[in-house]
Amino acid sequence: MSTEQRHDTRGLWHDNPALVQLLGLSPLLAMSDATVTALALGLCTLLVLMCSNLCTSLLRNRLSPALRLPVFALLIASFTTVLELTMSAYAYPLSQRLGIFLPLIAANSLLFARAERCASKASPSIAVKDAVLMGLGFLFVFIALGMTRELLGTGQLFADLEQLLPFAANWKLSVFGDAPLPLALLPPGALLLLGGFAAFKNVLDQRRARTLPEPELPPPGSKRVRVTGQL
Amino acid sequence: MSEIEPQAQDTGKREASPLLRHILPLVAVALLAAVLLSLLQSATAERATAARRAAERAALEAVLPPTQHDNDLLTDSFVLDPAAPQFTQQELLGLSAPRTAYLARSNGTPSAVILPLETRGYRGPILLLIGIDREGAITGVRAVEHNETPGLGDKIDLDESRWILGFDRRSLDNTDPVLWRVKKDGGEFDQFVGATQTPRAVVGVVRQALDFFELNRAALLGD
Repeated sequence: MSTEQRHDTRGLWHDNPALVQLLGLSPLLAMSDATVTALALGLCTLLVLMCSNLCTSLLRNRLSPALRLPVFALLIASFTTVLELTMSAYAYPLSQRLGIFLPLIAANSLLFARAERCASKASPSIAVKDAVLMGLGFLFVFIALGMTRELLGTGQLFADLEQLLPFAANWKLSVFGDAPLPLALLPPGALLLLGGFAAFKNVLDQRRARTLPEPELPPPGSKRVRVTGQL
Repeated sequence: MSEIEPQAQDTGKREASPLLRHILPLVAVALLAAVLLSLLQSATAERATAARRAAERAALEAVLPPTQHDNDLLTDSFVLDPAAPQFTQQELLGLSAPRTAYLARSNGTPSAVILPLETRGYRGPILLLIGIDREGAITGVRAVEHNETPGLGDKIDLDESRWILGFDRRSLDNTDPVLWRVKKDGGEFDQFVGATQTPRAVVGVVRQALDFFELNRAALLGD
């Protein structure tokens, strides 16, 4: 349990789902071409992750190993459908823009990974905390990527944000007259930028490791990945 | 079932009906989810339909101002199916799948049509809508779906540039048929820096739509 707990709080940075675990890349790359879509899909993923982690954790003692995965899939798909129905009623243009990636939240590997690795073994409070941290870690990278791509690819920021937040109608900023780097809007641009972000994170980590040499190493005996032959 | 149970109970209470015990949570979760989802669906269905209709209406109003008709376009529509063409030279519209066309009326008389168009852009199909009034003049053109290169070909999108407004009020009468080309090809319409193929395709299919309208004028407007 203590290993789980420690590695919960790492979701924001050290085990960031988008930058380190590289989970849920397909929506991350496809829907980060504008701040509004990135924010919307990141929030949706966070919500579904919280609900599915909570329910998985509540059911954890009743599930046999054989039926665990079908129940996870059912829970995640149900919460995704709830979100999809709600969005198509209350934020129709945005739900059209997110298109297939809204229902595809149900197939996001991040959700299964958290249900399996954390929520099925931990108490509800720990499971929800894990979901919040992992979801926020994903959301922050999503928003950062969305803002960067929108800024470089269109020269603007926060266009159409009112599709998600009705009070944000006049938030659109025209930063550059012309798009400085249209490549940023294309899928390759998304991949390059995400790689850049991951590299930047590693540089920061290395800097920090050099200035304070000891604390960040995981304590001995807490291996997450078992290396063959070293059981 | 009742004959087996006493035997099973001999081996221990917990094993009474292992299959049931395993499957029960799954069934319970599935049932609960199904009930809640169907409740939610019926609660949101009306609002979702209204939102979808509003979005469709807005898209149609972009190519045909509401001042030019007084009917509900969404109910005055017909489907153009490329597999079963009902009009002369329907292939001029370039459709690869069935799409809806709309008839606008003013005091009951047909005043304009909105036709779906499709053409091949640089990076895949471009779907457009065009409004054409009785006189054969364009009331508006919009790209409703495309994948053109950001910063280059995507200037056909009104979000990116005002280029597509250049078709407004044009007709085969006021623009000579040979001038329905991009400037590079000796026509009247601007191409984009670094992207000629996209505007060339759009200008071409818009011209074809006008040809289609002339050929089928009577059938479309019911004259």
